[in-house]
Amino acid sequence: MTGASLTLQPRGQLFGTGGWLALVAAVGVITVGVPLLNLVVSEGSAFHLSDYTVSLAGKILCYAICALAMDLIWGYTGILSLGHGLFFSLGGYAMGMYLMRQIGRDGQYKSDMPDFMVFLNWKTFPWHWTFSDSFVFQLAMVVLVPGLLAFVFGWFAFRSRIKGVYFSIITQAMTFAAMLLFFRNETGFGGNNGFTDFKRILGLPIATEHMRVTLFAITGCTLVAFFVMARAIVNSKYGRVLQAIRDAESRVMFTGYNPVAYKLSIWTLSAVMCAIAGALYVPQVGIINPSEMSPAASIEIAIWTAVGGRATLIGPIIGAVFVNGAKSWFTAAFPEFWLFFLGALFIAVTLFLPNGLIGLLRQRKEPRA
Amino acid sequence: MRGFFRRLLASALLCLLVASRALALTPDEALRIASGDNDARIAALAERLAAADAALLPYLRALLADEVKLAGGKAYIVRDGKAVEAGSGAAATLPDGAEDVLNNNRMRRELESAVAALALFSPERDRRADALRQLRDQVDEGKLGLLEKAEAQETDATLKAQIGMLKSAVLISSADKDKRLFAARALADSHEPATRSLLLERLGVEGDVQVKQTIQTSLNAVESRLAWGERFGLLFTGASLGSILLLVALGLAITYGLMGVINMAHGELMMIGAYATYVVQNLFRSFMPGAFDAYIVAAIPVAFVASALIGVLLERTVIRWLYGRPLETLLATWGISLILMQTVRSTFGAQNVGVENPSWLSGGVQVLPNLTLPYNRIAILVFAALVLAAMAWLIARTRLGLFVRGVTQNRRMAACVGVNTARVDMAAFALGAGIAGLAGCALSQIGNVGPDLGQSYIVDAFMVVVLGGVGQLIGTVVAALGLGVINKFLEGLAGAVLAKIMVLVFIVVFIQKRPQGLFALKGRSAES
Repeated sequence: MTGASLTLQPRGQLFGTGGWLALVAAVGVITVGVPLLNLVVSEGSAFHLSDYTVSLAGKILCYAICALAMDLIWGYTGILSLGHGLFFSLGGYAMGMYLMRQIGRDGQYKSDMPDFMVFLNWKTFPWHWTFSDSFVFQLAMVVLVPGLLAFVFGWFAFRSRIKGVYFSIITQAMTFAAMLLFFRNETGFGGNNGFTDFKRILGLPIATEHMRVTLFAITGCTLVAFFVMARAIVNSKYGRVLQAIRDAESRVMFTGYNPVAYKLSIWTLSAVMCAIAGALYVPQVGIINPSEMSPAASIEIAIWTAVGGRATLIGPIIGAVFVNGAKSWFTAAFPEFWLFFLGALFIAVTLFLPNGLIGLLRQRKEPRA
Repeated sequence: MRGFFRRLLASALLCLLVASRALALTPDEALRIASGDNDARIAALAERLAAADAALLPYLRALLADEVKLAGGKAYIVRDGKAVEAGSGAAATLPDGAEDVLNNNRMRRELESAVAALALFSPERDRRADALRQLRDQVDEGKLGLLEKAEAQETDATLKAQIGMLKSAVLISSADKDKRLFAARALADSHEPATRSLLLERLGVEGDVQVKQTIQTSLNAVESRLAWGERFGLLFTGASLGSILLLVALGLAITYGLMGVINMAHGELMMIGAYATYVVQNLFRSFMPGAFDAYIVAAIPVAFVASALIGVLLERTVIRWLYGRPLETLLATWGISLILMQTVRSTFGAQNVGVENPSWLSGGVQVLPNLTLPYNRIAILVFAALVLAAMAWLIARTRLGLFVRGVTQNRRMAACVGVNTARVDMAAFALGAGIAGLAGCALSQIGNVGPDLGQSYIVDAFMVVVLGGVGQLIGTVVAALGLGVINKFLEGLAGAVLAKIMVLVFIVVFIQKRPQGLFALKGRSAES
């Protein structure tokens, strides 16, 4: 955490010229480059991007949004959340409910109800499914449900000044409790199996290559937008207060600021970002189930952020790409060793790379004076 | 010595008795029990049974052992190649073409319950009590005569009352209203859960108003009696869960409470303790099968040492660099837990391994008819108390404990007065890890042992420490037992999963009110 405060950009200027160019280039690659390479370039060509690569990249970009959200709350405000997997899943479930309704009568049982409800012998939709066939309503739920949960939880926690490890453990308990709840069939979220076997989104078939590329582009643009937003936040006066809370909360209080409002707002925003990532994740991966809420899933989000470099904005994105790229390579090549690698990564980053990969690069660039 | 002779005399007399009564079972009756269709055989059996004929017993045993053969309209008992005529007991040669007597499951059941019924006349009280227990689920109207005889003959008051209950359980479905009324009244004194279901069943079927009322009154009486057993049972399972939580959380109370280290690998240190127990068990099974029951005694120190050694290794290589950075410690120890889990998975396989209870820990003691306390749970309660006492002594009375407390309160000052804080850290962490190993050893006796063992307890364990408050053992104890009992109580109301969720919500709310836990350290320890 030391040193991070030294790398602040001057206020009032979000990016330098190079930064803006890089952003435009990123948006170009996401919206034009990848679709062209995937759809137009013939499969034999060396430049062709396979469908697998595009969907993997889409998934990883969702994770990168989570890592960015985690960075705002952990890297910049010093609050380690072990419950972000819950917000991610809640967003995913809200989207999944709509996708389940879109299946219509094409399910196994040829019924208007989703298969798992037919299986449970339910005749009518539970109350929380009432408006689930409306896309707009469910999009609102993606934001409102996790946002409200985070707000209420945060309000109680920050008001009674729970912080540090206590807060982390309580958030872990919260996501653990939610996981148990979602595992139950009675809750009406498909129990163990969750939601899967989606057919359509907005009436369009979901498993086509065009839809895949579209979802990828939307995810990529969302990430870029969040990145710009995050930069704006950390460069503002508000962002400065957040970092001050991270470094010396008592002093912030003594200088007349009320940390609760700051912490609560960034916490809720971070949760909503995660939820949106979850909502983008579900149609691309095609499944959501309660294992996304396991304590392990939430801790992994933290390690993406830590690997890339806390308190930098590009770091978490790099971390998420690096860790998840490694994960898909390991689980294909050496499934036995993935947990060894991940475990070693946790230890190595905390012991040797407090500033993550970005810190390593910066050290190279500017040798110690 | 005199006792021995008396017993010898009694058994000799019994032999005589059996031999003289043997005449009562005629070859013809023996044949009827062995041949024909099931209904006829059962009727013949019931007839003999009503006479409470002790000679029937060896014959029934022979039937159950498939030693009876039929030939030429006679039944023979063939044992060790020698045949005797069933009933008379006269030696005979087995004619050619003798057929085996076949007993299907229904017949077998009848024979077995007849054997049990005859055991009601055994001279040993324990045998009679066993027979009663066995008969409880198999009693029917055919055995009524036998039960009456047994009741008349029974000298032990408790058993006599039990036979009476058994009789009433039959009579309550009798055709005679007076008998039903009598039985319904008698059953009010029962302590058995089975009586409740019997009464409930009869309540639905009974046509007579008076009998129905009596049944209802008896049912209320039985239920209120059973409720006590259930309440005690709830308290016991709650205390048992509490003792497990206590064992799991005690180690954390040291590493987190005293040292401020968030050890997410605590669950995996428990897992190592459980696997150490498994290894010790296998060694005993291979090399000392005679002393298998004692393996657990050897496993306790092994589990402690194994986990403590790994704890020292972790402390020296990783954790000591992270003191004072709790969030980093959390992540690093989580990484350690992943590595430990995968190591165990690669070594022992991903499946659960079997850890057997030693024979003296299996079974249980029956306190009330509907309340049996398993020995392994009792043992864990005792074990948790012992570990707690040892730890309290260690912290409060020994030099190491003094140093640990000193370093906890003020690391710099302790170092200034010459305490080797690095060594104290290492010892304290090893102690916490070792206690985790002990918890794992205990858990192996009641649950599955697999690579995920630790994961299922870690959230609960942290909840206990957070709820109890940091830095004081008494908080951990109260929180563990309280959570155990509350959890089990809610489970009865709302089911296991909802109970767990309610407890977690309760803790989150509780922390709002008392952020420092139940027992906060008093003093001026300023926030960082």
